[in-house]
Amino acid sequence: MKIVVCIKQVPDAKNVRIDPHTHTLVRQGVESIINPFDLFAVEAALRLKDRHGAHVTVMTMGPPQAEEALRDVLSRGVDDAVLLSDRAFAGADTWATATALAAAIRKLGDVSLVFCGKQAVDGDTAQVGPELATLLDIPYATFVKQVELEDEGHLRVVRKTDEGTEVWRLPLPALVTVLRDVGDPRLPSVKHKMRAKKATVPVWSAADVGLPEDRVGLKGSFTQVVRLFSPPKRADRWMLEGPVADQVEKLYQYLKEAKVPGL
Amino acid sequence: MKALIDLEKCTACGVCQDVCPVGAISVPETHAVVSDDCTLCGMCVDTCEFQAIRLPDVGAGVVSDAAAYRGVWAFAEWRRGTVHRVSYELLSAARRLADKKGVECAAVLLGENLSSAAEELLRYGADVVYVVDHPALKDFTDEAYSRCLVELVRDKKPEILLAGATSMGRSFIPRVAAMLQTGLTADCTDLDISEDGLLLQTRPAFGGNVMATIICPYGRPQMATVRPRVMRPEIQPRNGRIQRVALPEDVFRTRVQVLEVIPEEDTTARLSEAEVIISGGRGLQKAENFRMVEELARLFKGAVGASRSAVEEGWAPVSHQVGQTGQTVSPTLYMAIGISGAIQHIVGMQGSKIIVAVNKDPEAPIFDVATCGVVADLFEFVPAFIERVKRAG
Repeated sequence: MKIVVCIKQVPDAKNVRIDPHTHTLVRQGVESIINPFDLFAVEAALRLKDRHGAHVTVMTMGPPQAEEALRDVLSRGVDDAVLLSDRAFAGADTWATATALAAAIRKLGDVSLVFCGKQAVDGDTAQVGPELATLLDIPYATFVKQVELEDEGHLRVVRKTDEGTEVWRLPLPALVTVLRDVGDPRLPSVKHKMRAKKATVPVWSAADVGLPEDRVGLKGSFTQVVRLFSPPKRADRWMLEGPVADQVEKLYQYLKEAKVPGL
Repeated sequence: MKALIDLEKCTACGVCQDVCPVGAISVPETHAVVSDDCTLCGMCVDTCEFQAIRLPDVGAGVVSDAAAYRGVWAFAEWRRGTVHRVSYELLSAARRLADKKGVECAAVLLGENLSSAAEELLRYGADVVYVVDHPALKDFTDEAYSRCLVELVRDKKPEILLAGATSMGRSFIPRVAAMLQTGLTADCTDLDISEDGLLLQTRPAFGGNVMATIICPYGRPQMATVRPRVMRPEIQPRNGRIQRVALPEDVFRTRVQVLEVIPEEDTTARLSEAEVIISGGRGLQKAENFRMVEELARLFKGAVGASRSAVEEGWAPVSHQVGQTGQTVSPTLYMAIGISGAIQHIVGMQGSKIIVAVNKDPEAPIFDVATCGVVADLFEFVPAFIERVKRAG
């Protein structure tokens, strides 16, 4: 069974904010991390590999530096990696990203299962997974906390909804986006680290996956950011100090006046 | 492609150089220069006070018949017999946008046995409610729900389509956008119409540290999901009409089999639905003390949240975790007890309306996002506060 895991390199959340005084974006270093949810996707794939045997490929679209993220995942036991990197991919929205990933997955061929994280923590859109599945014309399940291979051709998943859980059965090939409940990501092992170091990571361009330049990146995108700004400031914060009894009464009255439900 | 500098307007002030997250901008002499490292993220564009920077245009989705698309739609979320509140919020937002554009406002209702639900939607400002009532829509599946909505859109051609950023909307709406080959903006917190009639979609990015306004210039409909509890539902009854739509059977076919639907009995675990969330962190010191958080949550009829450390200590199950790898929540009241406020936690709750933080360290970062900060020993404050709430009045 061939499994593909899609990952994304994201800026570390603490590095991105708008300076409240100058209203400009502050970057403290340019540290990137692997999107935390994607590490759970890697773990979900490796657990299936452990139990049933599988060939797991990790894939990302990003600048050349994203290779570092792929090597990190290789050192956790994934079999091989593909980097989609091309100037033409720059500025992609979720649709153009899904378009490139779908073309690359088609090129790999014969993929039974695609794992993605629930969402990336920089954009928080949760759109690439479902869009990718739609482009590949395969069924999918989002927000999955448990994955089991029922038989050769079917997956049984438990997904979390706003109201509880649902158990679904999906025919393979399929795509699944996962929550952290699938299990904590394993750490890199010495053995796999050695292999990861030596591994060659193929770099595929838009042309390599058979896409014209106007189907990818900003040119292939529907949406465009027109403005970035600081979140509106909160009303002045109110600090309650002094004796506990006063604090309790003041907070109670404050919440009562604000008509907080349940009071 | 890279960001474009208007040489006439650029004053070589260097502000863009400082904000570029990939270090792609340099200002050698008379004007800024963008290198091939540019990822077209757009961060420099808005920081330039001389409007000297712009991005190349997006290219996808040029529809020859954009003018044929008219009207604003809200997807009404039906969940086992009731219309979810977010539907009324969306409909009120759709009404406002439709009025601004001078077009019709519609709601789309999919489900099974939808007798009274459609009437209710008319009270919130819909000119028309499209209803697809079919046994196959009893359980939500991405495929059947997408196909239905796509069929309706293809037939009626709305220019704007809104849906809730709920577990349902966030799951199937991207499929709808992909099938219709148009853009989609997730999790909007503000919507407006631009001077040239486009939908301005504003959403938090980078965990809420930055707000971004996004447009979809050529794709139709312009699609957005909207966070629950952001828009205000307004009753504004109209002489609207209900239109039942019959679709061909193959529209309802799905490859996924729904085996079980298990509602969460423990309402304290329904974080995304809760109006009040009481959350506890490491400051509680041990599992027994976490019971105070649960008791307070029960008094408010709210949900119990937990910081990552509280979950790692085993005081609360992972399903209660709020923050970057847990859930993003935006209740009316979020009360953080003994949570210092690591950025990973803050990005998951800073959209809450009222944030009360209880911590004995006045320097704790949680106070930076709090609307009301209580500097106190939580072991004194919380029991006293519980007593006060019990006493009420």
